[in-house]
Amino acid sequence: MRPFLFSKSSAINQALAKKNGTTQYIAGGTNLVDLMKKHIAEPESLVDITSALPAKIEVTAKGIQIGAMVRNTPLANDAIILAKYPLIAKAVLAGASPQIRNMASTGGNLLQRTRCPYFYDVTTPCNKRKAGSGCSAIPGENRMSAIVGYSDQCIAVHPSDLCVALAALDASVKVQDKSGKTQSIAFTDFHRLPGTTPERDNNLPANALIHSIEINENAFAKNCAYVKVRDRDSYAFALVSVAAALNLKDNQIVEARLASGGVAHKPWRWLEAEQYLKGKTANAATFEAAADIAIKDLRAQSHNGFKIPMLKGAIETALQQCLNR
Amino acid sequence: MKQEYNFSRRFFLKTSSALGALAFIPKGVKAFYEEVKNFIVPKKEQLPLTVSINKKSYAIKADTRTTLLDLLREDLNLTGAKKGCDHGQCGACTVHIDGERALSCLTLAAMVPGKEVTTIEGLANGDKLHPMQEAFIECDGFQCGYCTPGQIMSAVACVKEGHTKSVAEIKEFMSGNLCRCGAYNGIVESIQKVAAK
Repeated sequence: MRPFLFSKSSAINQALAKKNGTTQYIAGGTNLVDLMKKHIAEPESLVDITSALPAKIEVTAKGIQIGAMVRNTPLANDAIILAKYPLIAKAVLAGASPQIRNMASTGGNLLQRTRCPYFYDVTTPCNKRKAGSGCSAIPGENRMSAIVGYSDQCIAVHPSDLCVALAALDASVKVQDKSGKTQSIAFTDFHRLPGTTPERDNNLPANALIHSIEINENAFAKNCAYVKVRDRDSYAFALVSVAAALNLKDNQIVEARLASGGVAHKPWRWLEAEQYLKGKTANAATFEAAADIAIKDLRAQSHNGFKIPMLKGAIETALQQCLNR
Repeated sequence: MKQEYNFSRRFFLKTSSALGALAFIPKGVKAFYEEVKNFIVPKKEQLPLTVSINKKSYAIKADTRTTLLDLLREDLNLTGAKKGCDHGQCGACTVHIDGERALSCLTLAAMVPGKEVTTIEGLANGDKLHPMQEAFIECDGFQCGYCTPGQIMSAVACVKEGHTKSVAEIKEFMSGNLCRCGAYNGIVESIQKVAAK
């Protein structure tokens, strides 16, 4: 690790006052400490914000607010989450290990970096790690890489499970800046596509910190599912994952949500398939047709063609599981 | 006996004049050199930390980069927690922080003051082993033993959390601890045994 100065902030504005180009913030540390050990993150000063950010889950007029410092385990065990937003708990429990979930924060989950092997291997070129150095994954080992939304500069995927559920539920990210001003960013606008600037993962303003996540009340609590396909049964990143949620009335789909992890640089919404499902009868034929719509324009890399039929199966399975049969 | 010195007259003149010249370098140049040095070699910061490990308080100075795992193993000689991968992938370094299992290799020591850390060394009651330690011996919950301290700390938490309703649930909630010997069946048995008590 590169030497750094360490300090602790007990309030968000105090933490924000320390923000500059060489400062980084640490909460759970499950990703950042690792990146620092590998010299991928090299902050000159590190600010501990575990006591600066809100750590509560609160019911609001419109729905729920999850503080940025709420750790994964209490988030997945929270009574309100389980009763009204169970998709969140399902996604969280599909990720990492119990130890890591005890440490990892909600805000940090949004800001975690890709797990592309070339991003972690500092001896290889990587446009995300060093802008303009080239992408090693495109001609290289890319079975974990993206199948949609990528560019000729980066084919990395976002590793989070929680974010897939948050994207499906149309959450928003409340950020606070140095002047104390807060703004809400729609979840699907928070993370970026790589384009020509793959070094930037998200649209968090340079002078701001994530304060909390807001989710509006919805009718998806009864019929939702999270399916994650990976190389081993537990404690592995997704090859593909699907968050599905249905609002059903007498087996007719009033509204549907479908999002995926492991397929793109950001949690990916299958909007066209969602539109198709609206008004249809919930059955296997409908689900297969929706899955076909989702996969129709995907383009795999040299080593991950398997992801496309795998995704189709995962979408159908997730929609089927929504019916709780 | 007269001692032979191997310094030549040439060496003496060269070094003494170099040292003499150094003394005459203006302060500004020296300050500039310091600035360049500080720019290239980042400053190391030593933090005074008071940490509580196994209900014992330690006052210690540590570099900001020190992880809890290194603090335990290198500074406090508590070598029970193991360094397997050092990247949060194997679970060998699992300890309890405020009663919850956590990875000490991804925890900065600077963030531990004010919290209570329990390591495998703090589990037994004097000479009486913790029931989970006894169960691991009885059920052959290990072979080489390297991952065992992490497995046991995780297993104790797994029982406390109540994730022992089925073999599948135990396996899911022990997935953060890898065992290269493959003693998994013995580990699951040990947990079932303690959970049934």
